[in-house]
Amino acid sequence: MANGRVAAVSLPADRPVAHGFLSRALLWARANLFSSWLNSVLTLVLAYFLAKGLISFVSWAFIDAIWSLPTQDTRPCRDARAESACWALIGERNRFILFGTYPFEEQWRAALAVGVFLALYGLSTVRAFWNFRLVVIWTVGLAAIGVLMWGGVFGLAYVEQEKWGGLPLTLILATFGIAFAFPLSILVALGRRSAMPAVRMICVTYVELIRGVPLISVLFMASVMFPLFLPEGITIDKLLRAQVAIILFAAAYLAEVVRGGLQAIPKGQYEAADALGLGYWRKTGLIILPQALRICIPPLVNTFIGLFKDTSLVTIIGLYDLLGAAKASIVEPRWVGFGVEAYMFISLIYFIFCFAMSKYSQGLEVEFSRHTKR
Amino acid sequence: MATAPRSARRPPGAGVKLSFNDPVVRAIFWQIVIVGAVGLVVWWLVGNTVRNLEARRIASGFDYFWREAGLPIGEAMIEYQPSDNYFRALVVGVLNTLRIAVVSIVLATILGTLIGVARLSRNWLVAKLASVYVETLRNLPLLLQLLFWYSVLQSLPPPREALNPLPHVYLFVRGLQMPWPQWTPELGTVLAVMGIGIVASFLVRGWAKRRQMLTGEQFPIGWTAVGLVVALPLAVFVMQGANLPLDVPTLGRFNITGGILITPEFTALLIGLVTYTAAFIAEIVRSGIQAVSHGQTEAAAALGLKRGQALRLVILPQALRVIIPPMTSQYLNVTKNSSLAVAIGYPDIVSIANTILNQTGQAIEGIGTIMAVYLTVSLSISAFMNWYNRRIALRER
Repeated sequence: MANGRVAAVSLPADRPVAHGFLSRALLWARANLFSSWLNSVLTLVLAYFLAKGLISFVSWAFIDAIWSLPTQDTRPCRDARAESACWALIGERNRFILFGTYPFEEQWRAALAVGVFLALYGLSTVRAFWNFRLVVIWTVGLAAIGVLMWGGVFGLAYVEQEKWGGLPLTLILATFGIAFAFPLSILVALGRRSAMPAVRMICVTYVELIRGVPLISVLFMASVMFPLFLPEGITIDKLLRAQVAIILFAAAYLAEVVRGGLQAIPKGQYEAADALGLGYWRKTGLIILPQALRICIPPLVNTFIGLFKDTSLVTIIGLYDLLGAAKASIVEPRWVGFGVEAYMFISLIYFIFCFAMSKYSQGLEVEFSRHTKR
Repeated sequence: MATAPRSARRPPGAGVKLSFNDPVVRAIFWQIVIVGAVGLVVWWLVGNTVRNLEARRIASGFDYFWREAGLPIGEAMIEYQPSDNYFRALVVGVLNTLRIAVVSIVLATILGTLIGVARLSRNWLVAKLASVYVETLRNLPLLLQLLFWYSVLQSLPPPREALNPLPHVYLFVRGLQMPWPQWTPELGTVLAVMGIGIVASFLVRGWAKRRQMLTGEQFPIGWTAVGLVVALPLAVFVMQGANLPLDVPTLGRFNITGGILITPEFTALLIGLVTYTAAFIAEIVRSGIQAVSHGQTEAAAALGLKRGQALRLVILPQALRVIIPPMTSQYLNVTKNSSLAVAIGYPDIVSIANTILNQTGQAIEGIGTIMAVYLTVSLSISAFMNWYNRRIALRER
């Protein structure tokens, strides 16, 4: 790298300016691909392997791929296992992977719920709604999703929670997880910075305990220990238990992010609020939090991405989220051994969500740093 | 700290009047309320749990640790039979967790550093490939990647048709079987010499550093270390007759025997953890290097340092200060993420404790064991990394 900089400096300044696309492309290639003999060798070797890999991938995934099967028999796919992808699996099982065991005729409702989720995410990126209106929008949206998924009103048939699955379940776990964990995390972060030692101690213990253990152990705790915690006769179903575990887990991580934001607020802001005679809650709600939360939006989005990916762990305790449904779609003997195709299909879905969030967070980061640099 | 000026505000000699307007009184009141509420909830939960356990006739306690496990474990680093007790089974699990964590941390650090440096390469193709790698791997759930790798390994051929990429190396559905050196006293001597060489290199390095500080004279530490750690053991090995008997795998009728077998569970977990974590480490390394200002590189060049020296003596020590804290949390993540082993059947602590939990019904003890193990490991790693961080921290005079 250091070498590269020196080379860039030592280029003759009176280099002829290239006109025309081809000569500009050649200059670009010389500077970026063939700047030294070592770089040229590297470029050529990499290009060779890249081309080879791409060609065999494209022929496996597209050209030689089997898109549909004439009969129930999956033998054509098995015979061509090594050289062609079997997308017939996705063609046959896509509804199951996307919606799990949700009743087939009612799956439009699950699809609509996904649509509502997407609309909620989209509206949340609009700056004009970054105030109390966002709370209203989310309350209405989440209520609509509840009605769509459960049904039982407006002539919709009731669908019990055990049948929920696929993408809607992943989005529910992630979204409700964030929606409940976020307020909790603010309280915990405030508690960790409180002047009251007892409160501080409780919050520190909670955060460090949760952050010290893997999510899967919290999920196991939820699935085997929660039933012991509750009085006899009261049972809560598996989905709700997993959701509670995710909320408790996410809140500990989010609390650390929020605490970072709180620490970044200069002391003068606290003192000015005190001088105005504001009490603790008004000081926090009107002066400190609006600034602190704004600072920590980019790391918050990164934590959201992590949480979205982590919801896939509910597969291990036997819920059929997107990953769980994909895993279950290849349990049937006909489809055993076609995991690669199923996992690639859902990879695409996970990637679209996470990549969109990460691009959004990078954009915000650039914007916010521009604001502070000015 | 906030209480001192406030208590001074009380009129002198007025005595202490208990009033809800006094912040000190208010703080004490709220703390009692909050601690009381938390205590009540805990008391209620414990009460329920005790009643539930009584109703289900589960005796709590760790006595079951000494009962016979009857639990077969696929791979163990210490001697283990199903007739051993539960405690020994848990120890096997802890060792398996540590094994995968240590190997993953080392490999992920190497791969991540390479990719992080590649992202800053002046070669457009190299930089682009590295960033595609990072963006793809970071944006997919780790569990999905593990299941993907596992199903790739599951589609390998049976032993009869095992792939044979190198002589005596077999790749088949039950794993990767390859030759392994047999233990001989000669091998022990060579390893001992190598150990002595490593210790001696550190001593020489310390001496050379002190001498350079005093006199400015340099000493070729790198070559001395290579001589002590590689050449000397090699010389001992040749002197003893260069005799290294290998345990070579042989293809039998239904199976492959001999050599060392690396299971597909371990391999899938290793590939998944290493490639996933490397993507995060690459970003940390990149931002660490970018955090060192241009001026430092130029100043090093102006002082006449060679490029390697500049990197080693100027850039890296400054980049490390930015890199170490986030790296610590990545190492903690690797350890915690290794618990996903349970999904593909690698016998780590979570998977074994979970099986035992299902066998015995000792839910609280089982989950407690898992959490205690991870808390211990997490706290040890943070303690070590904090020590290392303090050592390399900026010493301002």
